[in-house]
Amino acid sequence: MNPHRKRAKTVDRVDSADSALVSSESTQMRPFPSKPLSVDRVKSVESSESGRMRPFKDKILFVDRVDSVESSESSRTSQFSDKISGFDRADSVEARVDSAGSTRMSRFPDEVLERVLALVDSHKDRSAVSLVCKEWYNAERWSRRHVFIGNCYSVSPEIVAARFPRIRSVTLKGKPRFSDFNLVPEDWGADVQPWLSVFSTAYPFLEELRLKRMAVTDESLEFLAKKFHGFKALSLLSCDGFSTDGLKAIATHCKNLTELDIQENGIDDLGGHWLSCFPDSLTSLEILNFASLNSEVSFDALEKLVSRCKSLRVLKVNRNISLDQLQKLLSHCPQLMELGTGTFMQELISGPVTEFKNMFSNCRNLITLSGLWDATPLYLPVIYPACARLTFLNLSYATLRSDELSNLLSHCKSLRRLWLLDTVGDKGLEAVGSCCPLLEELRVFPADPFDQEILLGVTESGFVSVSRGCPKLRYVLYFCRQMTNAAVATIAQNCPDFTHFRLCIMNPGQPDYLTKEPMDEAFGAIVKTCTKLQRLAISGLLTDRTFEYIGKYAKNLETLSVAFAGSSDLGMEYVLQGCQKLRKLEIRDCPFGNAALLSGLTKYESMRSLWMSACNVTMNACRVLAKERPRLNVEVMRDEEGGDDSQANKVYVYRTVAGPRKDAPPFVLTL
Amino acid sequence: MITNMEKQAQAYEIMANNKDLNLKATELRLGLPGSESPEREVVVHGSAIKILVAGAKRGFSDAINGGYGVGLVKNGGQETDVLVTPKPALLEKKTQVSDKLNGQSSSPAPKQQVVGWPPIRSFRKNTMAVSHTKNEEKDDPKIGSGCLYVKVSMDGAPYLRKVDLEIYSCYLDLSSALEKMFSCFTIGQYGSHEVRTRDGLSETRLMDLLHGSEYVLTYEDKDGDWMLVGDVPWDMFIASCKRLRIMKSSDAIGLAPRAREKSRNCTEPNNE
Repeated sequence: MNPHRKRAKTVDRVDSADSALVSSESTQMRPFPSKPLSVDRVKSVESSESGRMRPFKDKILFVDRVDSVESSESSRTSQFSDKISGFDRADSVEARVDSAGSTRMSRFPDEVLERVLALVDSHKDRSAVSLVCKEWYNAERWSRRHVFIGNCYSVSPEIVAARFPRIRSVTLKGKPRFSDFNLVPEDWGADVQPWLSVFSTAYPFLEELRLKRMAVTDESLEFLAKKFHGFKALSLLSCDGFSTDGLKAIATHCKNLTELDIQENGIDDLGGHWLSCFPDSLTSLEILNFASLNSEVSFDALEKLVSRCKSLRVLKVNRNISLDQLQKLLSHCPQLMELGTGTFMQELISGPVTEFKNMFSNCRNLITLSGLWDATPLYLPVIYPACARLTFLNLSYATLRSDELSNLLSHCKSLRRLWLLDTVGDKGLEAVGSCCPLLEELRVFPADPFDQEILLGVTESGFVSVSRGCPKLRYVLYFCRQMTNAAVATIAQNCPDFTHFRLCIMNPGQPDYLTKEPMDEAFGAIVKTCTKLQRLAISGLLTDRTFEYIGKYAKNLETLSVAFAGSSDLGMEYVLQGCQKLRKLEIRDCPFGNAALLSGLTKYESMRSLWMSACNVTMNACRVLAKERPRLNVEVMRDEEGGDDSQANKVYVYRTVAGPRKDAPPFVLTL
Repeated sequence: MITNMEKQAQAYEIMANNKDLNLKATELRLGLPGSESPEREVVVHGSAIKILVAGAKRGFSDAINGGYGVGLVKNGGQETDVLVTPKPALLEKKTQVSDKLNGQSSSPAPKQQVVGWPPIRSFRKNTMAVSHTKNEEKDDPKIGSGCLYVKVSMDGAPYLRKVDLEIYSCYLDLSSALEKMFSCFTIGQYGSHEVRTRDGLSETRLMDLLHGSEYVLTYEDKDGDWMLVGDVPWDMFIASCKRLRIMKSSDAIGLAPRAREKSRNCTEPNNE
């Protein structure tokens, strides 16, 4: 292999490997065409390093190498202020910085470079930027304010702090996604405290923290509230381990709080007193979301809070807030852009449309509406005045029927995103198709997902109706009990712009109900037609053919969820071979075994993670994988001891520069 | 005279041409304790997995055993999902048999779910469970949810239906609707389609229709008693009906006298 090709290959890897540390969703990573020499330099610098050094192979250049270069520099350049100094190993291509900049390759002085790069937001772009050359790498790391860590175990807080000195905002994701569906035991890990401890020294001015599927304790929340004096924004989604006492600490101590966003967590709800802990002096709140908390808060405290926070733009209250309380709140914050209502009915003297007809009349900025618990046709007209401007309407907790929805949607011409319950039926979806031509996202949730005996809900025909009327659809999540290949093919033709296609036929392994054939052709049609597809969730009776299609056509696919599908190892192999951009693969209850697992040996380091549960994988194969790929953590969740032959029931594989977990509970074996 | 079993066999032949689906093995039957119901190998939810096994030969049953045999995740007791296994021991479990029915029938087996399927987050699961209960309890017409859904089951059919009693105004409408809904499940010729006037104590049209198929329509009232449909005035019926069941005439023999006796004694609609 000639040296140039070798380097080029490595650049590619660095590109994708860097996303171990920093990666994002939307924009595509642009491969960097130039400067393979920089990689070479990284390599040679690295060879003088100790510590986290591993012999450089012509494999994936991992983030740690870039980092270890980094950390060797930081000790020498600790007097850094705004200037970035080049490395001592100057060469003709990348010269040292001097203030005159006369021998520089790049034309900008560092300050300009940093200022320009500060405007680059996307993580993928930033990853690409950091690979251009040393200069740009350093400019990038100094100008970065937000770091996104898609897997908290892929990197350690120390490494992050070493590389990015000036972070103000962190997004951190922990447990594998299937933990949302109870497939991951409690105490699995993803504790946020080690991160907070490091951040308290590295980023004392941290302002934002967004956590998803992390384990968070009240102590951690209190630590956060007390140690970070300028802290502004906290968002917790699908986390667990804390109670409303933790929220008390946040409310009490965060003097500059702008955002408190609590969504769907495993929270111990001890009461609504936390809201009363906001001091009277707090006027900075812009986002407050406590819709998923069950206990009642003091309305008086809430009203006062809302009144004094003039910049409030997002308010999502919980179900205990009544309609007339809501009306009072809205009178204080007409500037609201996003509203989540409380319960949307109550006993009235004259009638809802009379008593509440002005509720929304002053809310001229309202573009998102959610909540609407218990909304009935009698009360929905209250929101009509606001409907024309709405771009996102979340009716997924309102058990509406088709005619009720139809009446409502006739007022909602601007909708881009719509979430529904399947009580609206196919007829309701017809209304969606006719009323919402701008629709880009549709999610239809099942009202009664566990009652297998019912045949209510939506079917393939509702989906087809929507696709006819809404050609701009790009995101769909659809729960149904029956589907056909022909319908999905039609849908794909109507909406070729899908980026996210998540179809859940709720009965596992169910075929096309008309032809009785597997649903292979349905997903085949999707991947063939929708070339921009990034995320796919499949269901129904599926053979290896589905995976063959996916591997062959879904070239932009990044996330794939598979359940109860496939016929043999080939299925998984097709996907691993064919989907070059695959980052997350989660599989449950499929007949994929060791051969399938090991076919991805060279692939997993370019992915964020792999989950396989209730498949046919043995401990042996996992051990082989772990041995061959030391830069992966191969974790098996076990319930009992077994020999080499025993099944590996839950396997979680992910790339990491942080080595094996130090906090793994006893039931997690890192091989 | 063809037996019930053979009739049902024909029913399934018609329903599913694809023999791979093996519906017979997966049929949901409301068997009587001690009666001869065919051995089931998997519960209704697991039947779908059975379908999968038929189509996918390789090692999948191993995967099932491997997957489901393992102990369930501990999740703080919040969830009520139950692990499904194909092991027979679990499947023999039947729910409580109502004593009032004199052992004539049993309610359907508890829904056995696969862990984490369908993939819905806990918050939504718990929230919808609460809402759903609220809706089912709401049958006060003043609050007017506008619907009164009751489940309709038919002996031998693989799944239930739900009907909204509010949308019908008399037994006639209900019977036509049910006839349409369940016609695919019955063989046998319907009797004459002549209409009879509604009369509290005479047989309904539906019973005529079903008579040929050896089925009768019964309902469970608020007291938990099973009564023949048609015995009481329509308004009283919908006020007290909790669920409907199309059962075999042979099973319904014990009901008739009690039903008539009850309606004779009944002077006013049942209160909640």
